[in-house]
Amino acid sequence: MNFDFSDDQKQLRDQARKFLTEKCSPKAVRVVLDGKASYDKELWKGLAEMGFLGVAIPEEFGGAGAGHLELCVIAEEMGRANAPVPFSSTVYLAAEALLIAGSDAQKKKWLPAIASGEAIGTLALFEGKGNPSPKNVKLAASNGALNGVKKPVADGAIANFAVVAARTGSSGRENDISLFLVDLRAGGAEVKSLTNLDPTRGQAEITFKDCKAEPLGGIGEGWSILTQVLDRAAVLCAFEQVGGADRALEMGRDYALDRIAFGRQIGSFQAVKHMLADMYVSATLARSNSYYGAWALSTSAAELPEAAAAARISATQAFQHCAKNNIQVHGGMGFTWEFDCHMYYRRANAMALGLGSLTYWEDQLIDRMRKKNAA
Amino acid sequence: MNFDDTPQEAAFRATARAWIDANAPKQYEEELRKSSLGRTQLRNANILEVAKAWQKKKADAGWACLHWPKEYGGRGSSPIERVIWQQEEGPFGKLSHMFIIGHGMCGPTMMAFAREEHKRTYLPPLASGEKVWCQLFSEPAGGSDVAGLRTRAEKDGDEWVINGQKIWTSGAHYSDYGILLTRTDPTVPKHKGLTMFFLDMKSPGVEVRPIKQASGASDFNEVYFTNVRIPDHQRLGEVGDGWNVSLTTLMNERMSIGAGVSTGFPELFEYCSSLMLDDGPAIDDRAVRAKLANWAVKASGLRYTSMRAISALSKGERPGPENSIGKLVAGSMIQDVATYALDLQGAAGVVSGPEDAEVAGRFQAMLLRAPGTRVEGGTDEIMRNIIAERVLGLPGDIRVDKDVPFNKIPTKGRG
Repeated sequence: MNFDFSDDQKQLRDQARKFLTEKCSPKAVRVVLDGKASYDKELWKGLAEMGFLGVAIPEEFGGAGAGHLELCVIAEEMGRANAPVPFSSTVYLAAEALLIAGSDAQKKKWLPAIASGEAIGTLALFEGKGNPSPKNVKLAASNGALNGVKKPVADGAIANFAVVAARTGSSGRENDISLFLVDLRAGGAEVKSLTNLDPTRGQAEITFKDCKAEPLGGIGEGWSILTQVLDRAAVLCAFEQVGGADRALEMGRDYALDRIAFGRQIGSFQAVKHMLADMYVSATLARSNSYYGAWALSTSAAELPEAAAAARISATQAFQHCAKNNIQVHGGMGFTWEFDCHMYYRRANAMALGLGSLTYWEDQLIDRMRKKNAA
Repeated sequence: MNFDDTPQEAAFRATARAWIDANAPKQYEEELRKSSLGRTQLRNANILEVAKAWQKKKADAGWACLHWPKEYGGRGSSPIERVIWQQEEGPFGKLSHMFIIGHGMCGPTMMAFAREEHKRTYLPPLASGEKVWCQLFSEPAGGSDVAGLRTRAEKDGDEWVINGQKIWTSGAHYSDYGILLTRTDPTVPKHKGLTMFFLDMKSPGVEVRPIKQASGASDFNEVYFTNVRIPDHQRLGEVGDGWNVSLTTLMNERMSIGAGVSTGFPELFEYCSSLMLDDGPAIDDRAVRAKLANWAVKASGLRYTSMRAISALSKGERPGPENSIGKLVAGSMIQDVATYALDLQGAAGVVSGPEDAEVAGRFQAMLLRAPGTRVEGGTDEIMRNIIAERVLGLPGDIRVDKDVPFNKIPTKGRG
C-alpha cells in the first residue's frame, strides 16, 4: 500500500510552494483584496509558465499531461498562498467539464488556451439562492441561444468563456438539463461584478440575452456531466482548503509562540494550546479524507462520489475552524484589516459555499453511502 | 497512490488468511463482529478462556507477537506484516484485548531493560498468552501526573520492600506478572526518584481489589502492596531512572498502529438505516442526515489517517505524529454517538436491558462505558497537551513542582 503522494509529486509540491512564496506574498494578495486589480495577472502568467494551469490537461491539448494527483498537490499550495487568481473556476470546473464532455474541436479550442494562461473559464450554474439541483436551473436554451440570468458566477467578470447549465426540457427530471459553452466576449452576455465576502476572488452576475451557445456534451446529459464535474472539483477544492487550514494553523501557532501576556508565551496556556491542538485534529482529518478523494479521483474509482463528498465536508469544516480560531488566537490584532487572518477567514467561508453549501454535501454524502450499502 | 500490496506483502497476506481461515474459532465470529464498546462478553463462553486458547494456538504456529524476535516468542516480522495480520484477523483480533498491555507495553519494556535470562524465561509465555501481564503505574495521587506516585520501594539487602497502592490497573485480577513503577527516593524532585521493577502478582503482600465502574462492570482494579519483596535482579533500568524506563513503555505503545479505534459510527449508521421514525426511516430525516454526515467524515478521516501511517510503515519509515489524534477524536465521538442513538428512541431509550432495549441495549452499554475511554491511557486534556507540545512545538506547561524535592510538594488542596 502507498496511500501517499510519490516523491515526484512531493517535489512538485515543494516547487509550487517555493514559486508561490516568491510570487504570491500576502502583500501581492492585498493588491486584489484592496480592489486595485481584478486578479493577479502576473501570477496567472507565471502559473502558466510553470505548467501548473495545464498540469492535468493531456499533452495533445497543450497541457503537461501529468494527472490529477499532481493537480492536487498544486491545489494545496494555491490554498496555502490564498492565491488571488481564477484557478479553481478555470482548472477544476471549466477544464474538467471540457475533459469529461468536450468534443475534439471544443477541447482543441479551449484547453490549450487554458494551459497557456490565455483563457479564463468558469462554470455558470447558480441562479440566486439554492444548492445544485436540476429544478433550480431556469435559464432556457432553445435554437442554440441562451436566455436567463446566472448568479453568482465565480470569476465571471474576468472569464473568457463559461460552461453554462441550461434548461432544455420540462419533464421535471434530470435530463431536462444540458450544458453549453459560451464565448463571453462574443456578445449576448452582459457581466456585472458583485460585491462578495472574499474580494480576492471575484463573483459576477451574467445576463444572457439571445446569447449564442454550443452544446457541451449531449442534450439532456447536462446534469450527469455536472455531477461528475462537481465531484472532481470537490476533491480539488478540498486540497485548497487543506492548504488554507494548514496555513491558518501555522499562523496561530507562530503567534502563540511570539506573543507574551501575563509574563508568558500565550501558547503556554492550556486554553490556547488546546484550541490549537483541536485545529490540528480537524486539519489532519481533512487531509486524510482528501487523500482518499485524490486516490478515487486519480483512479476514476467507483468510490469517487462518496469520497468527494467526505473530502468536501471535512475540508470545509477544517478550513472554517482553523481560520476562525486563528483570529481568536491573535486576539484583537486578528480582527484588524492589517493582519492577514481575515483573508483566510474570508476565503474559508467563501469556499464553503462555492460548490454548494455544507448542508447540501452532507445530504449528498448520506445518499451516496446508502446507495453503496444497498448495492 | 494505491492500496495494493507489494508482491511480498500479498504473499504474507495469503499465508496469514489461509491459516486464520483454517484455525480461528469461527463459532464466535458473528458475536465478536457485533460486539461493541461496553458489550464485549460472549453469551455462552468465558471470553478470557476463548482468548487464551486462540493466543496459544497462534503462538504454537508462530503467529503470536509478530513483531517480536523469534527467540522471545515472536515471528520477527516487519511492522507492515503486523498490520496485515491485524487486518486479516478481523473480529478475532478483539480476542487480543486482554493481552494488549502485556504485548504492547510490558513486553517491549522487558526487552529493553531486563536481563537476558529473564527475557528468555518470561517473554515466550507472555507472547503465547499462557501468562498475562499488567502495568502498575497509576495511583490515587498520580493519574495524569503519574510521576507524582507515592508507592515506596526500600532496599533491604538484595531485595526491595514495596509498600503502597496502585489504581486503574487493567486486568490485575487475572494477571500473573506486572511491571511496577515505584518511588525509591522522595528527597529528590519527583521525576528523579523513581525506579521500575517487574514482579510476580502472586507474591505475598499483593492484594487485588476490583473497582466497580460507573458502567457496573469491573475491568480495573486497585492493587495494594504490603511489605512485598522483589529481588534486585527484577529491577528494570537503573535506580532513579524509572521515569525514562516508563517513557520507553509509553513510546512503544504509540508505535502500535492498525488495531483501529472504535467510533460507534458503523453501529449508528446501521441503526439509522433500519429505524423507523414517525415520518419514515430515520436516515431520510434531514436532521439525522446532518449528524450522520459529520460523524461519517470523522470516522473516515481516522480510517485514512491510520492508512497514511501504515503506508509509512510499508515504506520502512517511521509514521508521523498524525496518529496521535485517534483516541482523542474517537473517545468523545463514541460518547456523542451513543447519546444520539438513545435520543432517537425517545423515552424508550432509557430501557437498557438487552431483552427489552433496541438492538439489545448496545447503545446504552456504549454510553455507560464511553466516559472511561476519554480518561484511560491519557485523558483528552493530556492528549491535547501532547499534540500541542510534541506536534505543534508549543511550550510545556509551567510545572511548579519540577525542581522541588518530592517530599516537599503540597499534598492537599483546600484545608
